[in-house]
Formats: sequence, C-alpha cells, structure tokens
Amino acid sequence: MAACTTLEPMVNATAELAAPQEFDSAVACHRAQIFRFLLSSTRDVDLAETLTQDCLLKAHRNWSTFRGESSVLTWLMRIAINLQKDHWRNRRLQFWRQTQTNAVDLDEASEWLPSGERSAEQCILAKEQVAHVWRAVENLSERQRTVFLLRFVEELDLKQIADVTGMGEGTVKAHLSRALARVRKQLGEKQ
Amino acid sequence: MNRREEDLQHAPDHDPLELEPELREALGNFKSSVNAWSEAMMHRPREIKAQARSSWAAPKWALGCAVFLATVSGGVYQNHRHLEAAKAQTARIAEQQRLQSAQRAQEEADLLAKVDNDIARQVPSALEPLASLMDDNQNIGN
Repeated sequence: MAACTTLEPMVNATAELAAPQEFDSAVACHRAQIFRFLLSSTRDVDLAETLTQDCLLKAHRNWSTFRGESSVLTWLMRIAINLQKDHWRNRRLQFWRQTQTNAVDLDEASEWLPSGERSAEQCILAKEQVAHVWRAVENLSERQRTVFLLRFVEELDLKQIADVTGMGEGTVKAHLSRALARVRKQLGEKQ
Repeated sequence: MNRREEDLQHAPDHDPLELEPELREALGNFKSSVNAWSEAMMHRPREIKAQARSSWAAPKWALGCAVFLATVSGGVYQNHRHLEAAKAQTARIAEQQRLQSAQRAQEEADLLAKVDNDIARQVPSALEPLASLMDDNQNIGN
C-alpha cells in the first residue's frame, strides 16, 4: 500500500489512457480498503467479500466510462456504498427469506488487535475501548455509520466523504458530530 | 435541499475533528482493530464445501419427489376406499330397511288375518230370524 497514494486524483489526461492494466493496479491498490470498509460496515466477512467482488466487477464493466472527475478510490467507494444500500434494501424486501445474517458478534469483532508491544493490561483496556466504539457504531443510523467509518477508519477528509456519499460537507459534518457524540456517550458510560 | 438536510447543516457548530485524548485513543484502537481483522480475513485460507453438497442434491430431490408422490397417491387411494366403503354401507342399510319393512308388512298382514279369523264367526241358523228383526228395527228407528 505504501507505493500507492490511495487518494491520488486521476486527471482527465490519465483517464483517457485508462487501460486494463491500470484497472489492475487500481484494484491492487484499493481492494483491501474497499473490503475493510465493507467489513466494518456489515461485520459480515462473507458479505463483505461478496460486495467487494461485486464492486470491482461493476467498476471493471464501467472502467471505460470513468472520466477521472474524482479519485479512483472515491469512485470505488461510491460504488461500494451503493451496492451495500441495494443489498440491505433487497434484504428488507425479502424478509420472508432467511432473516439471520452472518454478522460477527460485537465481542468477537473487538478481539482483534494488532500484535504490538502492549502489556496484558493495555490489551484488555484497548479491547474494552474497541468494544464500546463498536457498540456505539451499531446504534448509529446508516448514514452516520458510513460517515463515521469513512472518517475514522478510512481516514478520508470531509470533502472526500461528501464526494463519496453525495452529501453536502455541512451535512457530513453534522452526521459526524452526532456519531462522535454517541461514541463519547458510550465511552462515558463505561466509566 | 430538504428540511432534514437543512436541520443537519444548522446543527451545533462543533468541529468533529477536534478529539479529546481519550476519544482519540479509543478511535485509534478501533481503527487498528478493524485493520487487523480485515487483514486477517483477507488472507485467511478458504474452505470449499460445494462439491459434497451438490452430489447429494439430485438424490435429495428424487427422494423428496417420491415422498410427495407417495403421500398424494396414498391420500387419493384412501379417499377412494372411503367412498367405496360408504357406498357399500349405504346399500347395505337400504337393503336391511327394505327387508325389515317387508317383514313388518308380512307380520301385519298375518295379524290381520288372525284377528279376522278370531272375530268372524258364522251366525247360528237358529238366531237368523232375530238377526233379521234387529235389521228391521234399525230401519224403523231411522
């Protein structure tokens, strides 16, 4: 990922030369990020993988129409968010089908921490914090969750989030502020 | 821009990027955790189970169809037998009723004949003039 500047805008001149190998490099660059975003949104590994594949397939089909008005990542993220919305809409319509999801339990999701130089106590504290953030994220609205994850997991700035979600920057800021208020409240409750 | 969006834009002017140390630390841990999870899931070994399932799919369908057909044909056969039995029962009851009524009619006829025999007597010849007088008296009274 280091060799790839994730948010580098693709200028029109480059877009005209958009070739299959460029698509390959874009996929290599952003696949992990798209998967991570979808995984954190759904907490369902299989669903995140399926949606990532669908996203890349759709991007591949429409690669020739990509005009480079936004960065590749923004474009891919927009596709991913739309696919995710479509998925939940379809699930709601198909409520008579299997209603359970394969979403991972919050406690299980909180177990993951990078292996680093942490003491056992620090590890426990970190896991507790992560669990509280997950709990707050679960209670956010769909938009708040999307904005929150794009900001604090994917580290996009407000303008990029606005581009990805199609919302105004002010709206993004308001959603983010409310999401943070929830996380603060959740972290405050633990004390 | 709809009303909801306007409301959101006029939300309290709090900078969402301004984080206190504890929140910053929690969000940092959250990001690291999601990162670690995502990395682990991307590189995990995949299991393929589809083959075993598909080989059983056809027999399952055949078995399902056979059970369904057996149930339906069993039901139809049972229904047919019930109808036949009901018809036979009805015929038997009708025959019994016919025999009973014939027997009752015969008995009544026999009884009447017996009563006739018991009541009807030949009038003795010595009383014939008296009997004719009784007939005349009746005619005069009228």
